[in-house]
Amino acid sequence: MSKVVIHAIYDDEEPLLANAKQIRSQGFRIKDVFTPFPVHGLDAAIGVPRTRIAICAFIYGLTGASLATLMMWYMMIGDWPTDVGGKPSFSYYMNVPAFIPITFESTVLCAAHGMAITFFLRSWLVPGAKAKNPDPRTTDDKFMMVIETKEENRATIEGLLKNGGASEIHYK
Amino acid sequence: MQHESEIREPLILGKKSYHQVTEDIVRPIEGKASKHWYMLLTASIICFLWGIGCLCYTIGTGIGVWGSNNGVDWAWDITNFVWWIGIGHAGTLISAVLLLFRQKWRMAINRSAEAMTIFAVMCAAIFVLLHTGRPWLDYWLFPLPNQFGSLWVNFNSPLMWDVFAVSTYFSVSLVFWYTGLIPDFAMIRDRAVKPFAKKMYGIMSFAWGGSARHWSRFEEVSLVLAGLSTPLVFSVHSIVSTDFATSVVPGWHTTIFPPYFVAGAVFSGFAMVLTLLLIMRKIYNLENYITIKHIEYMNIVIIVTGSIVGVAYLTELFISWYSGVEYEQYAFLNRATGPYWWAYAAMMTCNVISPQLFWSKKLRTNLMFTFVMSIIVNIGMWFERFVIIVPTLCRTFLPSSWNMYHPTFVDIGIYTGTIGMFFTFFLLFTRYFPVIAQAELKSIMKSSGQEYKEKHAAHSNDAYNAGHH
Repeated sequence: MSKVVIHAIYDDEEPLLANAKQIRSQGFRIKDVFTPFPVHGLDAAIGVPRTRIAICAFIYGLTGASLATLMMWYMMIGDWPTDVGGKPSFSYYMNVPAFIPITFESTVLCAAHGMAITFFLRSWLVPGAKAKNPDPRTTDDKFMMVIETKEENRATIEGLLKNGGASEIHYK
Repeated sequence: MQHESEIREPLILGKKSYHQVTEDIVRPIEGKASKHWYMLLTASIICFLWGIGCLCYTIGTGIGVWGSNNGVDWAWDITNFVWWIGIGHAGTLISAVLLLFRQKWRMAINRSAEAMTIFAVMCAAIFVLLHTGRPWLDYWLFPLPNQFGSLWVNFNSPLMWDVFAVSTYFSVSLVFWYTGLIPDFAMIRDRAVKPFAKKMYGIMSFAWGGSARHWSRFEEVSLVLAGLSTPLVFSVHSIVSTDFATSVVPGWHTTIFPPYFVAGAVFSGFAMVLTLLLIMRKIYNLENYITIKHIEYMNIVIIVTGSIVGVAYLTELFISWYSGVEYEQYAFLNRATGPYWWAYAAMMTCNVISPQLFWSKKLRTNLMFTFVMSIIVNIGMWFERFVIIVPTLCRTFLPSSWNMYHPTFVDIGIYTGTIGMFFTFFLLFTRYFPVIAQAELKSIMKSSGQEYKEKHAAHSNDAYNAGHH
């Protein structure tokens, strides 16, 4: 069976949301939706699972905290402890209050940058790549739903889209 | 779609469609720059170049060209550093803290406020890097392995905490700002006709397409970055305050400094945001997006933080007396009646008295008054940092070491230069970058836009009437 890709364009997000729910309830899979702004409820409507990027950020944060702790333990206690104003330089535990600011900053640094890089790489948003939206109007005020399906379902879906308020339908 | 109460004033005025929002925000970028823009840019660049000249003179000849001396070893350099970092904090507060508090009014102002933060931190960094005296050795500030037996930095020192805090703050703010810009760059790319603009915005937009999966990650990333930036903002300025608070200098060695500095930073930062935005909204015709309500909300933040600062001043005065420590008592007596009493008077008037005027609704919704006040607050906050540093250092423990301080033209020149640099970058930002987060704004149009609110109110009135008859 040959596949057909359908691009349905809407002028507003409400018909898009309703139509997406309807099409999905009929058992069809929606490949993607392109919108100019994040539409609430769309993820649930088209079946996009919850992102796990916050978990990544947490792990990167723990890494940052560990790196800072290791660094400061090695430099201040392990490698070359110095007597600065009589501060206890042979015990990490006694210096912890003073080491908190840097541990915290390192946590935030690694969490933020790690998460941002993960976000860009996972979504393959890199400078020089080709723009991901098939229609340039979807960053302005149009909403596009992309459905990839077998040729035989085309008419059914077309009917659903037309009834649902899609203003344009294209086939690729 | 989120429902918002009808009694809340609309955040987007006029009859706007999604397309009109796009048009309004992109117009300053696609159109020609106005005469005013060129004039302001020229003035800023001249100040910037003068500053660069003074900077080169300082590096070439030495810190002796500044007015700093043996007693007053921190003067305009650190005053300016803390002033600029403080200004930067408002941007992060608006984007991060207001996002966590779900305050939708932040959407019209967060982009330019964050840009302000980035440029302010760059200006602050100049002072830090320069005041070390041998700026070519500034890499010694970082814990890098070296040939001195690997002599490491002292992590117990607040000056070291500052290195990590300010670097982290700058880089994370940059990431937060840039990530938010990506969908807006994509909007400009998709509209661009000229090939160079299309290519540039294409690269800057990282191929963003607005796919649902990507938006879902984008929102999560924004939320997490906001959650990370909030404690970052509080920690950075607290760490800056510990540069003073962990010393033994009377007037500095007090635990009130961290919250006092953070409140002061938000206070001066919001004032700077107002100064910039009041001009920007007029020139770029953004009054429907940056409304009087937005200005009023920012003025309310100014009263709150200004009052906290005022309470901190009074607390300091009380505790210095109550402590019975003669050096602490003298430190404050000196600030009020010593050789720099005029700076203290300026600080008290500008920071304590003037923001209290915003209790009046008429005054806090008045644009001209707000603009004048924002300048006054910034001047007052500069004097606050000056009063903390210079009068204190010119009269410390030992009277035989007492010294006066006078800034040289180089001190003033570098400061002027950073102001020039700040405005140069900000003007370039308003010309080439979208100054309002238009994608975010579109998402609240149906709940907070004036046209939709009025329609909603009319419908619910009809439903109410129908149900009751």
